[in-house]
Amino acid sequence: MSQIFHRSANTIARVSIFGAVFFIAGLLLVFGEVSRSPWMTEAHVAREQPIQFSHERHVAGNGIDCRYCHTSVEESSFAGIPPTKTCMNCHSQIFANSPYLEPVRDSFRTGRSIQWTRVHDLPDFVYFNHSIHVHKGIGCTTCHGQVDRMPLMWQESSLQMEWCIDCHRNPERYVRPRDAVFRVDYVPPANQLEIGTQLVADYQIQKLTSCSTCHR
Amino acid sequence: MRRWIEGDPPLSQITDDVARPLNASPGKGWCACFAAALTALAVGIGCVWYQITTGIGVWGLNKTVGWGFDITNFVFWVGIGHAGTLISAILLLLRQQWRTSINRSAEAMTIFAVMCAGMFPLIHMGRPWLAFYVLPYPNSRGPLWVNFRSPLLWDVFALNTYLTISLVFWYVGMIPDFATLRDRASAGVKKSIYGILSLGWNGSHRTWSRYETLSMILAGLATPLVISVHSIVSMDFATSILPGWHTTIFPPYFVAGAVYSGFGMVMTLLILTRTLMHLEKYITHRHLDAMAKVMLLTGSIVGLSYGTELYVAWLSGNPYEQAVFYGRATGPYAWCFWTMVACNALAPQVLWSRRVRSNISALFVLSILVNVGMWLERFVIIVTSLHRSYLPSSWVMYRPTMIEVGTLIGSFGLFFTCFLLFIRLLPMIAIWEVKTGASAEPHEVVRHA
Repeated sequence: MSQIFHRSANTIARVSIFGAVFFIAGLLLVFGEVSRSPWMTEAHVAREQPIQFSHERHVAGNGIDCRYCHTSVEESSFAGIPPTKTCMNCHSQIFANSPYLEPVRDSFRTGRSIQWTRVHDLPDFVYFNHSIHVHKGIGCTTCHGQVDRMPLMWQESSLQMEWCIDCHRNPERYVRPRDAVFRVDYVPPANQLEIGTQLVADYQIQKLTSCSTCHR
Repeated sequence: MRRWIEGDPPLSQITDDVARPLNASPGKGWCACFAAALTALAVGIGCVWYQITTGIGVWGLNKTVGWGFDITNFVFWVGIGHAGTLISAILLLLRQQWRTSINRSAEAMTIFAVMCAGMFPLIHMGRPWLAFYVLPYPNSRGPLWVNFRSPLLWDVFALNTYLTISLVFWYVGMIPDFATLRDRASAGVKKSIYGILSLGWNGSHRTWSRYETLSMILAGLATPLVISVHSIVSMDFATSILPGWHTTIFPPYFVAGAVYSGFGMVMTLLILTRTLMHLEKYITHRHLDAMAKVMLLTGSIVGLSYGTELYVAWLSGNPYEQAVFYGRATGPYAWCFWTMVACNALAPQVLWSRRVRSNISALFVLSILVNVGMWLERFVIIVTSLHRSYLPSSWVMYRPTMIEVGTLIGSFGLFFTCFLLFIRLLPMIAIWEVKTGASAEPHEVVRHA
């Protein structure tokens, strides 16, 4: 009887066994990376807006406090997008004839809202409350990134649940003093863990990770 | 040693007989059966498609009865599968020679039945496209893990392990047969396929020695699986707080029922195939007689369990428990209960008679009754416990819709489509194992094939 398999089958057998292990491991790795990639989360992708509003100009350039426009961030679950009136407080006088701002003036004349594109859009089965985070010493830049350096707004974080849960499990890594919440130039100190642990105790921060905290 | 095959065929004859259907073109009988099975499968696919695209509400389930045909069919099919592993693993450990002619088709039956069963947990989900959430894998949700305390999750592991081990056991068992078929095939596609499937089997002493060890190890692994898988399935009910479900007897009782219904199905299939495929020499009256004895044993255990349940309900003094059993016997589903008792507890008792055990028509009818009875058993356990429970304000009736019936028909279609393909494409009797029971005894003259 002739040999059933050629000698080369030995190589095929070995390669297929080892190859399968690496192939499956690689596949899992790729799935993991893809599910966390900006392609899925749209993080770091600057979004076009009806008016090319620059946070960089208004925050870093003019030194406007976050709360001047996002007024409800300390009291409401929703930080709010400023109405046209807020724009017109200044722009009725400044660049009052700029064609660039025509949509704002148009909105003011007609009463039709400006259709901003929402950048941070959580699914509606997630209940997120801005005021509690601000109140417990979580700064704007911790979640939203260096907004003062964003000519066009983008989403700094993945907004995936693991990102939320990481902070809810270890708030001491991210918490800052309440009076520094709205400081865009705040840099976590070298002894963040020490200060953070103290702040977690002072602010009575609970490490809420049960389903009903967010998925109400 | 008592011979289990008829006559004393030379070893080459055995190979010829088993390989014949693999080389001949299908007959009219097979084609008709296959067309019927495909039609049933198409009905099932249509129903499942409609149900998934429209919503689970197309079934007759309601807010009180959340499990109906879906889980009934699931438990029924898992149960069917268990006889296959019992025949291939437990009887191997017990060195039962009569398993050799029937183990291959019994294992095939296991695999196809587990496939049918595995379909139901998926399609009865409200959102089956999120079914992968049941797997504990690292994810971007925290990671969010599964809760290992739910028997429904144990089902996932039990069923997947069971299917995997059964597949491996089945395939390993076929390797020497593939080698035989490879060596008999003339050069061509068929030879290449059998050549690849036989993985270079050469039948040396060393290979056989290791092969036997592996078979015993796999049988040793599969045996606790048979017991645990259906026990886990039974815990879907037994770990609940529902009167009629919360019972400690369920794990062994379900396993006995599984073996009982599985043997019923093996009996149905083998009586048909031995006639259709002309394998009466290999699947003999004595095989059917032995299977009938196992059915009598397990059927009696099932009957004993019914009695135990009723007795414990009376003994417990728990009004809810008593109400459930009283409701089963006298309530709106009483006809299901009494048919079940007749088919499962009473009918197998005729098997005490040697005359019944040697009567193929009687065995065939009985094997059908067993499966009707065992399907009803799961239906009775699930539905009669759910539809009348603690709060009378939640008492309802459950009436399956045509979609559920169509899905059940579809699962039979899937099963028979697979089985009919199996008997045409794979050796349905373990050639090498049957030969060990034929003239290969060391003290006899060995006929060379």
